[in-house]
Amino acid sequence: MNRAQPRRQGRVSGALEVYLSNHGRSAVGALGRLVRGWLPSGMTAGVIGIALALPAAFLLALGNLQSVTSGWGGQAQASLFLHQDVDQAAYRKLAGQLGEDADIRAVKVITPKEAMAEFQRLSGFSDALDLLDENPLPPVLVVRPRRGMQPGAIEGLVDRLKGLPQVDRVRLDQQWVKRLHAIMDLAGRGIWVIAGLLALTVVMVVGNTIRLDIENRREEIVITKLIGATDAFIRRPFLYEGLWYGIGGGLLACILVEAGLWLLSTPSRQLAELYGSGFRLEGLGGLDTLTLLACGALLGWAGSWLAVGRHLAAIEPR
Amino acid sequence: MIRFDGVSKRYPGGHEALKSVTLEVDQGEMVFVTGHSGAGKSTLLKLIPLLERPTRGQVIVAGVNLGRLRRYRIPHLRRRIGMIFQNHRLLYDRTVYDNVALPLIISGVRPREVGRRVRAALDKVNLLDKEQAFPITLSGGEQQRVGIARAVVTRPPVLLADEPTGNLDPELSEEIMRLFAQFNRVGVTTVICSHDLALINRLGHRHVTLAEGAVIDDGVMGGER
Repeated sequence: MNRAQPRRQGRVSGALEVYLSNHGRSAVGALGRLVRGWLPSGMTAGVIGIALALPAAFLLALGNLQSVTSGWGGQAQASLFLHQDVDQAAYRKLAGQLGEDADIRAVKVITPKEAMAEFQRLSGFSDALDLLDENPLPPVLVVRPRRGMQPGAIEGLVDRLKGLPQVDRVRLDQQWVKRLHAIMDLAGRGIWVIAGLLALTVVMVVGNTIRLDIENRREEIVITKLIGATDAFIRRPFLYEGLWYGIGGGLLACILVEAGLWLLSTPSRQLAELYGSGFRLEGLGGLDTLTLLACGALLGWAGSWLAVGRHLAAIEPR
Repeated sequence: MIRFDGVSKRYPGGHEALKSVTLEVDQGEMVFVTGHSGAGKSTLLKLIPLLERPTRGQVIVAGVNLGRLRRYRIPHLRRRIGMIFQNHRLLYDRTVYDNVALPLIISGVRPREVGRRVRAALDKVNLLDKEQAFPITLSGGEQQRVGIARAVVTRPPVLLADEPTGNLDPELSEEIMRLFAQFNRVGVTTVICSHDLALINRLGHRHVTLAEGAVIDDGVMGGER
């Protein structure tokens, strides 16, 4: 019988050849159908593209913000304001001792004179300050903790420094960085919620498109079932269609994000230059692009899988 | 090859299309089923590829009790049954070649063998020159022959035809029927529903008559065999 014949000749290679040609035909056929109806399929891909581009752009912006601020977060430093009466020899000695502490990377001494000079330069009160009889500023030791120290450990160090008899007050220049990071964490969480909702949108858009397509091709499905097509055979072109929608949408999303980035690159560079920073906006890397495409493909496939599962079983030949 | 054992079919709504039909078709036999519209011919035919399931009784095809056939096995049953319809049921957005190739692709015939077998089937129905045409450009008789080529391209052991000549003039009808007889001669079990009594009597094969869902006559009629 006909079913036995192809098996007789080189079973494994024959089966593989049939399998591959079935998939190839479904994939190319589905792509061909989408290209022939390029306007409606382009609009569907456009919706998917925008839905994917939004969270991708947000995440990219957040990533850029993190890369700008990571340089700051690592440079936590504590300013030790010493008592006024600690004389030069004493604070130089203290600086020397602290410099040998294992938790401390560097100690910088700001003498009252230097502090005054800097204050005069930056505050604009130079004339008024000249009127002062004596320098009211205390000596300051700027302590930089060892690299890679956890915030908790840094606080422990600060507490230890506070306990030193020469130290009046300690200010840790870390609070605002912490707050910034907390805000960014919050924003990141929010973006993931939005991304989840938009992913759901993609699944529903693809599902609905495939549902309409199944409806339009009802007669074809009935006929192929009549002549013995399995559910898998009938499902395959629709799954590939969903996959193509997803990949098309992902591609469009990459283009949208890169275009947005290109629009922002000049002003962002100017802003960075004003801050004396060589910062450049980071684009989608190869890995991000692949991830975006894979997300699109997965969501498109999932959407069509849902539609196919729900609607194909309802079509039976009579 | 095909056995009906006390088969009844009642459609939702209460219409009883078949009433306890018992019938046996041997391997390699050619059978015509006739009767008025609504006598149950189409229902009888639909039970064989499981387009419908009987309400009572058993249908056995090639030793397989269809009542026990799992749902996922149904496609494999249908691949062994060539079906021909009055309205052809071709895919109108594909060429004649693609229509005839579809059953081969579905049953997983190797790509390089598909072309050879499609052309062999088209040659049998004399449509080799129309291979790249679209069905809509063909006449009714030609479309029906495409349908036949599609049904026989996998060389199924069973061929079913529901009013295959319903829309054709007498000459074309006879041509189509002779085509079926030709396939039957090489061993294909063939069941044809038709109400063209004159033609059936001329061909002379077993002839089952249905009325109101029951078999009222079964035997060979006249013929030029």
